[in-house]
Amino acid sequence: MVVILFFGRLSKLTAAVSHNRGASPTAGVPNPGPRGPVSSLRVSSSVFQGSDSELKPDKDGVSDSESKVDSGVPEVPVPPDDTPEVLNKALSGLSSRWKNWWVRGILTLAMISFFFIIIYLGPMVLMMIVLCVQIKCFHEIITIGYSVYHSYDLPWFRTLSWYFLLCVNYFFYGETVTDYFFTLVQREEPLRILSKYHRFISFALYLTGFCMFVLSLVKKHYRLQFYMFGWTHVTLLIVVTQSHLIIHNLFEGMIWFIVPISCVICNDIMAYMFGFFFGRTPLIKLSPKKTWEGFIGGLFATIVFGILLSYVMASCRYFVCPVEFNNDSNSFQVDCEPSELFQLQEYTLPSVLESVTGWTTVRLYPFQIHSIALSSFASIVGPFGGFFASGFKRAFKIKDFANTIPGHGGIMDRFDCQYIMATFVNVYIASFIRGPNPSKVIQQLLALRPDQQLHIFNSLKAHLIEKGLLPAMEVNA
Amino acid sequence: RSLPLLEKLFQNESGCIPYRWKNYWIRGVLSIPMISSFFLITYMGPIALIVAVMGVQIKCFHEIITIGYRVYHSYELPWFRTLSWYFLICVNYFFYGETVADYFGGLVQREEPLQFLARYHRFISFALYLAGFCMFVLSLVKKHYRLQFYMFAWTHVTLLIVVTQSHLVIQNLFEGMIWFIVPISIVICNDIMAYLFGFFFGRTPLIKLSPKKTWEGFIGGFFSTVIIGFIMAHLMSRFQYFVCPVEFNSETNRFSVECEPSDLFVMQEYTLPAVLQNALKWETVNLYPFAIHSVFLSSFASLIGPFGGFFASGFKRAFKIKDFASTIPGHGGIMDRFDCQYLMATFTHVYIGSFVRGPNPSKVFQQLLMLQPEQQLGIFHTLHSHLRERGMLPPAATQTE
Repeated sequence: MVVILFFGRLSKLTAAVSHNRGASPTAGVPNPGPRGPVSSLRVSSSVFQGSDSELKPDKDGVSDSESKVDSGVPEVPVPPDDTPEVLNKALSGLSSRWKNWWVRGILTLAMISFFFIIIYLGPMVLMMIVLCVQIKCFHEIITIGYSVYHSYDLPWFRTLSWYFLLCVNYFFYGETVTDYFFTLVQREEPLRILSKYHRFISFALYLTGFCMFVLSLVKKHYRLQFYMFGWTHVTLLIVVTQSHLIIHNLFEGMIWFIVPISCVICNDIMAYMFGFFFGRTPLIKLSPKKTWEGFIGGLFATIVFGILLSYVMASCRYFVCPVEFNNDSNSFQVDCEPSELFQLQEYTLPSVLESVTGWTTVRLYPFQIHSIALSSFASIVGPFGGFFASGFKRAFKIKDFANTIPGHGGIMDRFDCQYIMATFVNVYIASFIRGPNPSKVIQQLLALRPDQQLHIFNSLKAHLIEKGLLPAMEVNA
Repeated sequence: RSLPLLEKLFQNESGCIPYRWKNYWIRGVLSIPMISSFFLITYMGPIALIVAVMGVQIKCFHEIITIGYRVYHSYELPWFRTLSWYFLICVNYFFYGETVADYFGGLVQREEPLQFLARYHRFISFALYLAGFCMFVLSLVKKHYRLQFYMFAWTHVTLLIVVTQSHLVIQNLFEGMIWFIVPISIVICNDIMAYLFGFFFGRTPLIKLSPKKTWEGFIGGFFSTVIIGFIMAHLMSRFQYFVCPVEFNSETNRFSVECEPSDLFVMQEYTLPAVLQNALKWETVNLYPFAIHSVFLSSFASLIGPFGGFFASGFKRAFKIKDFASTIPGHGGIMDRFDCQYLMATFTHVYIGSFVRGPNPSKVFQQLLMLQPEQQLGIFHTLHSHLRERGMLPPAATQTE
């Protein structure tokens, strides 16, 4: 009876999970895992009869079978091939081995062209795309959590996950809007109140969700609910915070958005090619397809690519200028005097390179030197993000995060290395490139008490006079 | 679970104190040392308080991680204990670095290595964290992937809850010791009052999660906490020791708590609404504005604070443990005592940020100094016209040096 219940729930679950994949699962009921049917029966009986009923006087105080549930969870069924019909027909002549490469290749080209199109369309569109990618990644990871824990039927849970996503996004977008759209916010009265009490409002919204979670705890499902709560929060931490760092990078200048993403994509492709042609020594047990040759070849190729790409882009104002919101025209503009980073400078080559190339000096953008640091990070540390995602997929026995992109998997599969890169770029910019945002500093200044403002005013004046920026006697602006 | 000494006490009394009161006696007796040590630490000053907060944080982290080990039988996982503690050190380094850079600006500017550390603080913290992340990825072992990911997530959620909020406690402390003492005392008071009201009058259960809580205890605790908080705020507001922001004196290299009390701690006259005037026959009343803020803090502690306790109860039931640990006889672990405090600390911090203080002036000035000269000049002019508008500066040109 319990076995039927157990398998019945599983098949209902797999039907639910694959409802948005456009195909009914051909696989039957998955295997219960390596421990065999007897223990899984014991497992299922304790899970479904309500594990809270018995309080085993274990030394650890925790029922032993609960931990076995985690290692014996059945696999999420591998979804069938989801390639669109069009591609299928076009490639019907090729053998199955090459078909996969062709599908991946075509989709790669499509994704890259899409990337170029949205860059052309401008900052607003880029922000929307980042938001959509974030929502899709969140959805993918949460769906995996549901299928792992069979928790589709938990009361309130789907609502709460999306609610928390909304809260955190509201908090971050509010901070961004307040920073960059300062004048617009000051003009509109309701926006001003929202921004003044922004943290309090966000906290209140979050607390509401927290209290709803506590009220929704149901006796038999405590552990599952806590797991999903933890799962949601870790996902929010990873996906949402880093997508906002991407948007911060974007506002710094589109080049800080495009170059890192391109470096990661290039490293992926180059490492793959080098591995394909020269690969011999495996790199790490987690991802058996990666090789040392691919890794090192990818590193050098990416550095060269990064230098070339930044050279091409650094001359364009569209990419180099910070994105600003023009209050009068109410639109974004990218027009400025390029900073020193993007002006050609002469560098003297070290003597070893001099003798090789015969040049004494070379004209470079300083940004190209920074791009070497970015490319190195993308090639050396970036793959760890990929290994983390591979480990995660093996831990939960899934092949891909989802089936959104044929041949590639889900959105998260493409973006797993990008998130670490975005965080690194943000920290890099904050540490080595720019100082604080001036409009933010003005905001804080205006929020101080008048006597504090006066005190700062006098200190600032002394500082500026010292540096010779202000004539000593002039005070009237 | 109780101390052997107390066991002997009850045995030797041979029925003097009935057995069923034993638990209450132990809880009561242990409450007194806890409250006294709280007073003692408060007396010893800010440094002792920071050290105590740090100690509590480490103990709470240890308790929660130990529960994770037992739940997942993951004591033998390679590297895992090391990595958890390493992440704790990283996050603490990040937060303490930000605090030190903010509040000890003068000290930091003097010492060269500190200056370097402060300037590249975020990068260094991020690099340290990444090293831990890469170690985790390299430590993934074939049969234990899932367990290792669970423990990774467990560690991170614990860090999020315990460590960030203990740093909010410290920031509240720097705002003025009263912002540290009053919220904590209010939560303790609500605990005790709700317990007493529930003991004597309790009838209707409050929530299935905690069967011992009752509506009578909840409401009685709410009203008594508001009153006690009000009285306590009134009593403490006149002491500079509690009211002044904690500052680090660069010359004497010590903390000093001396200042001109802000408006919040200066008695003001409030006109009572007409209904209260008729009842009390007073027209105006002298109150500290802080006492009014304390009403909001007390309300939060009584109404929403218990949800932190319910969350912890749900957590304990989910993982089938009775207490977080056995550190304090009769009470359980440190985390058992502090589960409601964390929510309160976050609320106090957000409250201060939104309603009480503006940004920290020295932090703003530091940021000013980091800007480009043209930006500094632009801000100077903006500030100049702003101050002139408000009449803070004489309109004619003046000599200042």
